[in-house]
Amino acid sequence: MKRIPLTVWLTLEVFAATWASSSFAEDNVLNMTQGVTQISEEVYHLHMLIFYICCAIALVVFGAMFYSIYKHRKSKGAVAAHFHESTKVEIVWTVIPIIILIAMAIPATKTLLAMEDTSQSDLTVKITGSQWKWHYSYFEQDIEFFSLLATTQNQIDGIEAKGAHYLLEVDNPLVLPINRKIRFLLTSDDVIHSWWVPDFAVKKDTIPGFINEAWTKIDKPGVYRGQCAELCGRAHGFMPIVVHAMAEDEYDAWLEGKKAELALAKQQAVDALSSELSMEELMQIGETIYVERCAVCHQANGEGIPGAFPAIKGSKIATGDIDVHIDTIVNGRAGTAMQAFANQLTEQEIAAVITYQRNGFENNTGDVVQASDINSFNTPSQGSKEGQ
Amino acid sequence: MESRDPKQGSQESLNDQDNLGKKANRKLTLKLVAATIAMFGFGFALVPIYDIMCDALGINGKTSSVAVEQPIALEPDTSRSIRVEFIAHPNPHMSWDFSPKVASMDVHPGEVIQTAYLAFNRAERTIIGQAVPSVSPGLGASYFNKVECFCFNKQPLEGQSHAEMPLIFYIERDIPESIHTLTLSYTLYDITDTVAKPDATAQVQMVTQSNQLQGATP
Amino acid sequence: MKTSTPQNEKSSPVADADLSRANSSIALDHEEHHAPKGLARWVFSTNHKDIGTLYLWFSFIMFLTGGAMAMIIRAELFQPGLQLVEPHFFNQMTTVHGLIMVFGAVMPAFTGLANWMIPMMIGAPDMALPRMNNLSFWILPFAFAILIASLFTEGGGPDFGWTFYAPLSTTYGPDSTALFVFSVHIMGISSIMGAINVIVTIVNMRAPGMTWFKMPMFVWTWLITAFLLIAVMPVLAGAVTMVLTDKYFGTSFFDAAGGGDPVMFQHIFWFFGHPEVYIMILPSFGIISAIIPAFSGKKLFGYHSMVYATCSIALLSFLVWAHHMFTTGMPVFAELFFMYCTMLIAVPTGVKVFNWVATMWRGAMTFETPMLFAIAFIVLFTIGGFSGLMLAIVPADFQYHDTYFVVAHFHYVLVSGAVFSIMAAAYYWLPKWTGHMYDQRLSLWHFWCSIISVNVLFFPMHFLGLAGMPRRIPDYAIQFADVNQIVSIGGFAFGLSQLIFLWLVIKCIRGGEKVGAKPWQRAEGLEWTVPSPAPHHTFSTPPKVD
Repeated sequence: MKRIPLTVWLTLEVFAATWASSSFAEDNVLNMTQGVTQISEEVYHLHMLIFYICCAIALVVFGAMFYSIYKHRKSKGAVAAHFHESTKVEIVWTVIPIIILIAMAIPATKTLLAMEDTSQSDLTVKITGSQWKWHYSYFEQDIEFFSLLATTQNQIDGIEAKGAHYLLEVDNPLVLPINRKIRFLLTSDDVIHSWWVPDFAVKKDTIPGFINEAWTKIDKPGVYRGQCAELCGRAHGFMPIVVHAMAEDEYDAWLEGKKAELALAKQQAVDALSSELSMEELMQIGETIYVERCAVCHQANGEGIPGAFPAIKGSKIATGDIDVHIDTIVNGRAGTAMQAFANQLTEQEIAAVITYQRNGFENNTGDVVQASDINSFNTPSQGSKEGQ
Repeated sequence: MESRDPKQGSQESLNDQDNLGKKANRKLTLKLVAATIAMFGFGFALVPIYDIMCDALGINGKTSSVAVEQPIALEPDTSRSIRVEFIAHPNPHMSWDFSPKVASMDVHPGEVIQTAYLAFNRAERTIIGQAVPSVSPGLGASYFNKVECFCFNKQPLEGQSHAEMPLIFYIERDIPESIHTLTLSYTLYDITDTVAKPDATAQVQMVTQSNQLQGATP
Repeated sequence: MKTSTPQNEKSSPVADADLSRANSSIALDHEEHHAPKGLARWVFSTNHKDIGTLYLWFSFIMFLTGGAMAMIIRAELFQPGLQLVEPHFFNQMTTVHGLIMVFGAVMPAFTGLANWMIPMMIGAPDMALPRMNNLSFWILPFAFAILIASLFTEGGGPDFGWTFYAPLSTTYGPDSTALFVFSVHIMGISSIMGAINVIVTIVNMRAPGMTWFKMPMFVWTWLITAFLLIAVMPVLAGAVTMVLTDKYFGTSFFDAAGGGDPVMFQHIFWFFGHPEVYIMILPSFGIISAIIPAFSGKKLFGYHSMVYATCSIALLSFLVWAHHMFTTGMPVFAELFFMYCTMLIAVPTGVKVFNWVATMWRGAMTFETPMLFAIAFIVLFTIGGFSGLMLAIVPADFQYHDTYFVVAHFHYVLVSGAVFSIMAAAYYWLPKWTGHMYDQRLSLWHFWCSIISVNVLFFPMHFLGLAGMPRRIPDYAIQFADVNQIVSIGGFAFGLSQLIFLWLVIKCIRGGEKVGAKPWQRAEGLEWTVPSPAPHHTFSTPPKVD
């Protein structure tokens, strides 16, 4: 019988895993990352410890088994013994595993308690997950922004070559200082998402209506990438997390710059309220917004997914009462997956995308919607998700 | 395998055996069906059990949904300070601006604090809001007592109107030393469509300093 | 399935006819002369062997259907980018693949084995409730027809994972969610009825002399599994009903706006979910405990402690549910409690593995195909157990949770664990069912192709998870591309390998080397005292058990 390939295979697997983990200790192509925080390092070492213990147990148990398969074969003349019980032995191999488990539980408990360190943090960031992006709000800093996947649809569809950070790049990364204790407050606007950055060993579910907390203290500057880790609908795989960690003085400078940038954007949005754009300009802006924000559900061709996401093409809303159309986009539709875009887009952007929807996809209503129309519909100016 | 000549005796006893057997089966079957139904009920019972466990163990961050009595002669513990952060999270479908009056404050356990959340209904129509509280860390929730909270009520607010929604609370003195920071978050939902008519008592109260702190409970 | 006519049985049909065994409600001579043929035989059967056959074929068809969905998943994941399916459809594939494999392949296969073997193993003429037995089976194709049909509705089928967390399944689920709920209810009812039948049969219908501690391990493990089923399937029914009412009838069990809690869904679901995975493995343990002794020529080592270990696993399974929820924001003491309890389950499970090895030790082993699958089970299930132990460690779990590391873990225990044990059982008992030995060369092809491809398919998933690839995503970052390609190739190979098995089973039914009552020289158990193929009715007279 061909037992040998089985033995060889198993041995190879155990060695491969051990080899892979040791020689790729720094490389996270095959193994967990050591990360850039004290906690992430502790977690990595805990992971390796448990793994090695499992390998050792496997070697002993499978070793005994394969030895037996080799030695106690009928074809080689083995004659079966008759023993079939031994209380002593049973006790031994019940007690020894318990001891091994206790040995594992001690460092595991230690690391877990360290992760629950509740000493004062230096900075708090509120993270809100929603379909399918993250929102970051710096507590008491008046800085908040959305962070969306930056990889283009063309790359996903294979029309363009994929970039180095394919599916792991965003338009607005979360920027954090190193060497400061950072507290994250996490919640969600719709379904359960999960914020995960492997290099920090932080993974926490974001639950609608509830606030969760997590913390980290980053030791090394750099760019760290993570992904949503809880199935949240069709674009679950397309809402990455990117964190830029930088030295404290750089971070302070960034804060000032970002505040200025946001203030400028706010001002521009306000200025846009009084400007009138041409149909071409609105259609151009509208198309960009549509591709970035709407196509994920309503599809690039505006035909939606029947039964799941309504079509824009020929839709009663896109060809009917303009106020209903505006309301749908500004306030969303509670109880459905249609989000409220009031806080995500400026009045001008909303006006543009509405104009695009009403005239594109062969809807051809000829309607032109301006930022002032949206404003007079009682939408807030951008960034008014106040109170962090 | 034994075989018996059927003609020799006890056809009757075989039938009896058969019946007894069927009876035994039926009895056990009924017991198991009862157990099944009981477990189905248990599944639903898990709902209140969950609430009770969370309350008792102070987990999941849900604060009590009833007001506590204003404590009389409660001495604040001035030896320690807890940072309380206030978060306002309006559901995006909600056309209200919603923010805490104060973003954070340092309080002593045992100290009765009065603050508020500010709301502005941007829409034209009256909207009824419901604020759902959540506290982090979850364990801190059981030490966080609210004497008065807008979160107990459905809050109607007319179009284009402001409101200041009161919150009076204190943190119990015996809150564990390990808790330094409490975050209180309110998520605000639009419940206009799910409420037939607002309670007479659920009117937004304009808070003034004087008529609080007298143990007024809704 | 060929079964013999009464003339092949050792006892005379007349004697049999008049001696209806206690609890048997069949007038045998009447039935034997008027046994239905053709379709009616299968639709109206109250015979445990026929119903067992129905369950086994149904589960095999479902296995291939769920497997086809897995092929679609692996085809899309063969390369980065979206080439073949929409993400919305991909989510439906992962969801329905899971539902079909859990409720349509593994559980019905074990029920089929229970139906075929338990009455024979305890010397009973049939199951206690033969008509309910028929119903338990026939509602299953109905349930799965509804589930699969939901894929063709306008909004698509369920796309929220087989775990259907709220509010993704409630507020944001497709319109077909009601069909999903209905179908799960029916599956649950089928399982519960099957479990009741198993318990009543084992408790009441053992042959005289078959005391509790003389029962084969397969009977013990199924008895315990049946109690687990009765305890937790109704809770699943509750959970799925709450999803229905939250979605369609305005309740707020899981909706924060109405005072509910999405995390409560997870507690209720996993209270069912964790015992469920033990429901899917305990019968495996029973099968392995039958096969290893038979091919080692030694009695099972530590029979009593095997029984106690199985009971401990069943009891402990109720205490560990929240290890699926470590990232939801539980307080530390809860995380520690669930970590310790989860680690503790490794002890009785380890005891079982050691007992199997001790059975082999100083035996005289032969390596027929059932034994090959059983040995593979021990090794590969244990590997799955190790990754399970790693997952139990909370701080590490924060990095493993919802990644391909978890996918690797549960596929190791369910595919190279449960499914391999089902194949082992099929090889072991096919001669009894059909009267023919299966084609041994073909079986070796099946075994070796399966064991190699299953490892190529699932082992690299450990690496993907550790490297940071989340689960339930239709597209992934560039660094995961090479390993995903290997995994997909393993997947296609594994899928194709099962066609060998399909061919082998059909071939075995149709013909092959005839076997006697006991084709496996050293096998033990009452099933080996009846002819092969087993007569339509066996043990109408109870056997003598010493």
